[in-house]
Amino acid sequence: MNADRGMSRRGFVAGLAWLGLGARAAAQGFAGLGGAAAGFAAVTPGRKFAFPDDFGAHPDFRIEWWYVTANLRDAGGAAYGVQWTLFRQATAPGPQREGWANQQIWMGHAAVTGAATHRFNETFARGGVGQAGVDVAPFEAWIDAWRMAALPPLSNETFAPLRLQAAGEGFGYDLRLDADRPLVLQGDHGYSRKSERGQASYYYSQPWFTATGRIVLDGRAIAVSGPAWLDREWSSQPLAADQTGWDWLSLHLDGGDKVMLFRLRQADGGHYFAGNWIGRDGRSVPLPSDAIEMTPRGFTEVAGRRLPTQWRVEVASHGLAVDAAPLNPRSWMATSFPYWEGPIAVHGSHDGVGYLEMTGYPVTG
Amino acid sequence: MRRALWVLAVLLSHWRRHPLQLATLLVGLIAATALWSGVQALNQQARTSYDRAAALFGGTRVAMLIDPAHATFPQAAFIELRRAGWPVSPVLEQRVEVGGRALRLIGIEPVTMPAETAAGAAVGRGDLHAFVAPPGRTLIAPETLRDLGLRPGATPRIDRSAELPPLQPQPQLAPGVLIVDIGMAQRVLDRPGLVSRLLVGHTTRNAAELPETVAGTHLQWVAPDGETDLARLTDSFHLNLTAFGLLSFLVGLFIVNSAIGLAFEQRRPTLRTLRACGVSVRLLNVVVVAELVFLALVGGLVGLVCGYVIAAALLPDVAASLRGLYGAQLPGALALQPRWWLAGIAMSVGGALAAATASLVRMARLPLLAAAQPDAWRQAQRRWLSRQGALAALMLIAAGGVLLFGDSLLAGFAVLAALLLAAALALPVVLDGALQLAAKGARGALSAWFWADSRQQLPGLSLALMALLLALAVNVGVGTMVRSFSVTFTRWLDGRLAADIYVSAANETQAAEIRRWLAARDDIGAVLPGARTEIRIGGAPVQIMGVADHATYRDNWPLLRAAADGWDRMHRGGAAFVSEQLSRRLHLGVGDRLRIDDDWSVDVVGVYGDYGNPKGQLAVDIDALLRHFPETPQTRFGLLVAPEHIAGVLAALREKFHLDARQLADQATVKAESKRIFNRTFAVTAALNTFTLGVAGVALLTSLMTLSGSRLPQLAPLWAIGLTRRRLAAIELMKTMAVACVTALLALPLGLVVAWCLIAVVNIKAFGWRLPFQVFPAQLLELLGVAMVAALLATLPPVLRLARMQPATLIRIFANER
Repeated sequence: MNADRGMSRRGFVAGLAWLGLGARAAAQGFAGLGGAAAGFAAVTPGRKFAFPDDFGAHPDFRIEWWYVTANLRDAGGAAYGVQWTLFRQATAPGPQREGWANQQIWMGHAAVTGAATHRFNETFARGGVGQAGVDVAPFEAWIDAWRMAALPPLSNETFAPLRLQAAGEGFGYDLRLDADRPLVLQGDHGYSRKSERGQASYYYSQPWFTATGRIVLDGRAIAVSGPAWLDREWSSQPLAADQTGWDWLSLHLDGGDKVMLFRLRQADGGHYFAGNWIGRDGRSVPLPSDAIEMTPRGFTEVAGRRLPTQWRVEVASHGLAVDAAPLNPRSWMATSFPYWEGPIAVHGSHDGVGYLEMTGYPVTG
Repeated sequence: MRRALWVLAVLLSHWRRHPLQLATLLVGLIAATALWSGVQALNQQARTSYDRAAALFGGTRVAMLIDPAHATFPQAAFIELRRAGWPVSPVLEQRVEVGGRALRLIGIEPVTMPAETAAGAAVGRGDLHAFVAPPGRTLIAPETLRDLGLRPGATPRIDRSAELPPLQPQPQLAPGVLIVDIGMAQRVLDRPGLVSRLLVGHTTRNAAELPETVAGTHLQWVAPDGETDLARLTDSFHLNLTAFGLLSFLVGLFIVNSAIGLAFEQRRPTLRTLRACGVSVRLLNVVVVAELVFLALVGGLVGLVCGYVIAAALLPDVAASLRGLYGAQLPGALALQPRWWLAGIAMSVGGALAAATASLVRMARLPLLAAAQPDAWRQAQRRWLSRQGALAALMLIAAGGVLLFGDSLLAGFAVLAALLLAAALALPVVLDGALQLAAKGARGALSAWFWADSRQQLPGLSLALMALLLALAVNVGVGTMVRSFSVTFTRWLDGRLAADIYVSAANETQAAEIRRWLAARDDIGAVLPGARTEIRIGGAPVQIMGVADHATYRDNWPLLRAAADGWDRMHRGGAAFVSEQLSRRLHLGVGDRLRIDDDWSVDVVGVYGDYGNPKGQLAVDIDALLRHFPETPQTRFGLLVAPEHIAGVLAALREKFHLDARQLADQATVKAESKRIFNRTFAVTAALNTFTLGVAGVALLTSLMTLSGSRLPQLAPLWAIGLTRRRLAAIELMKTMAVACVTALLALPLGLVVAWCLIAVVNIKAFGWRLPFQVFPAQLLELLGVAMVAALLATLPPVLRLARMQPATLIRIFANER
């Protein structure tokens, strides 16, 4: 199942069909995120977030994810990356149906990345029967044996401590996540705009996680620790119809500041930029679109695609001018919806580590 | 190259002068290829459909988990295993009836379905959302949809209760299968939260790492098996067909052999002349082989087309047999693969070359200067006869050896083949002896000539007679076996169908209502509850049948062997009767002990006949069964009713509980239905039997036709000394009929030996049951008559030609040949 070549070849159009979205959705942006949202709840500014309820699922919205990335080092200083993701997608709006008739589809992705190896796996589940889901109290998000669960008592302020587990062929991890600062609302108080035309999502993060524990890579168990980052995002139509994909990155800067930036690529060649600067004091400031510059500087051929794995990243308002390079340029998630996701390191005006995610790049030639 | 073409032209001119011989050769090739490839097409069709079926519901292509004690188990086991990291996917399966046809309803979970099972992909290519979300979809093979007379989008009811999701044809699906989402299956089958098995996807873990119990259920790991259950169960049936195909192939090759042999004899002078003109032996050989291959290709191609027609004609019967015997579903239209065409052509060419080997070897050794006339036939014949005799003895010894040491179905067929070949090879020896005897008693010149000439004719006719012998013997053998089976089966049905009325309620609630209603009536003699469940013993499915304690069973149950107190011990719960098939497969006899599951072992106290059931069966006390398998549905029961009340009770039940023909039947109906299924089962055998006999008749006809031309030099002198053509023709007719009659008479005992082989060796290996051996004299006489008629029909054309021959033709013999 791991690195299933047959799966990756089918490409994401087949993947969409498989999830019942129909190949038409492919034209409406990555993974159908730009599709019509009729019948689902709408994302509007000014929402009041409430915890622990917002740790849990929002089934009235079409799509939602629980996304953890961690930049880890072992005792010898070697770098590793860990990804844990749970996606929820509703195939139809309306009241939640019981049992097998439930309209939620869940998808899990997990990966461990080293400088020379990248191991990953994916799994799917239907809602309503207990194979996957999210419980609020005690908190647990799970699909199959992959889980992110509270280590009670769980703080509603910090969403910590948590235990994060996943395993697949050739990899596995069991990490404890702690945090000493509260959750951070992204965008404008948690309202994250994705286009000029109002597409948006609810988005909060916990960039202050510290992960400690053990990863397993090709049968070798390694004790690791390092910063981790949680993203919680839900929406009904996060992308505009003409947006083809995104380049997203999160940075843990050595001074203690955290940065989240993304660039949404449009079919006409234009881009929509957004991001937040999270100071070491915990204050989150939305970055104006014109303050962000993300420029590809180096490319890698992966899975028939030409991917910009090296970037020049600048945020003039905060004096940030860094070069980002991947730990492993082949951090390709050859899953049903394939994309690139892996740890990076930045050097320049600031030093630090982070994660880069790139989606929606077409196969060339 | 030019030289080769010239040689070829010279050789081919022979066929122009003897078109009938060419026709014979081609008929042989066509007959050989047609039946063989026809049978192969049927087998291939069946195998493909088993594969389709297996691939679809997971079958045994992937490992699976079942509850050995129950048909279903809670879905919680699925969740628990998924949450422990096992890549399992649930399946719920049950037989249902739609529009009077039994179908398999399979509920799958497409999202977790292992990639190894094609079903996930098949569903995924459609619309997953439409498949899982209400109202859902029922995927169905287009041919099944047609059979049901329904349109896409229809929502038929199953078992007259729940409505299926809208039907959607799906070409990759196996026929007879309905695929729905697991949630839909649980709803329409009224099995909420239950699954039949869990398919295990790709994992590095194995059975040993499985927890002892999962969600309170003890699950058993069933390892993936290259072969599907259906393929294994139906193997014997296909082997039977193959054996028939092979037999026809051999009979066809007999014709080829005789035609080529004759052509060689007649072409000897030509070959010698060619050699004398300086054509090398090698070139001659190459050209002859090339000619043969070309003819084989032509015959093979026509044979393949005929084979296709035969297969298409037999398919409905084969499909009915497989459905009746094994519940296997075959699509109604033949789909052939290129492999089949290639294999058919290869068989034709290979067979032709094999049949021509003797002639080719003789040609290669052809001395350049020897006289162009055949050897003195008497000497040659004596050598030939002793060689045949020796070969026959060898084959007989081989048959005995295989019978003694072989222990498989294949060995059973090998015994049959060796026996038949031995008999065929010995036939000329026996005929020669018989004719020699007759000649001793001959008085008068004509009579002496008659017998001597018959003996001289033997080599030319012997192959055709051998074919006749084989076809007749197989006919007698198979006929006897089928009739024995029929008699046994009828007697067995009488014993097994002890009740007068059979009721099958839709569900447990209705069953309870019916029982209460029955108890209140005074025209019911007794209500005999029945229950049935299925387990696996040694990896193979075994039915367990619960039998109520009632005198009617003790009186009628078709026990083959039993302990004295068998019934009492069985009803005490610690003992069981086993079906003959199961007893043979597990080597169980009365007095042995059988472990059913972890906490139930029983003593075997009897063995009973269970004909026509591909699965092994155990009969136990019904209360004991329900104690150990509490979830066994109790919806079936038999009623004992006085004959005069049967119609009344049937009508009342039908009206009160709206039971249909499938749920309610009297004994006579069930019996008639069983016999109908039985008869269809052997319809294919009968059809192939007839075909084989037909091919043998053709062999005889073609041999006689070719002989009739070459025998004119023998007959012309007789005509010249005063015998009328009519008289000559009568003598010829008598001669052929005499040898055919002797052959047919020899075929009868041989056929009985074949029947014994089928009953005592092949059947046991193929089906696991042994029938009492019976002889049916009327049937034998009938076949004898058929054989003689066939011989007469084959003899008539050449004889009539002789009777009407122009005297000039006969006179010309003296000018041409001698």
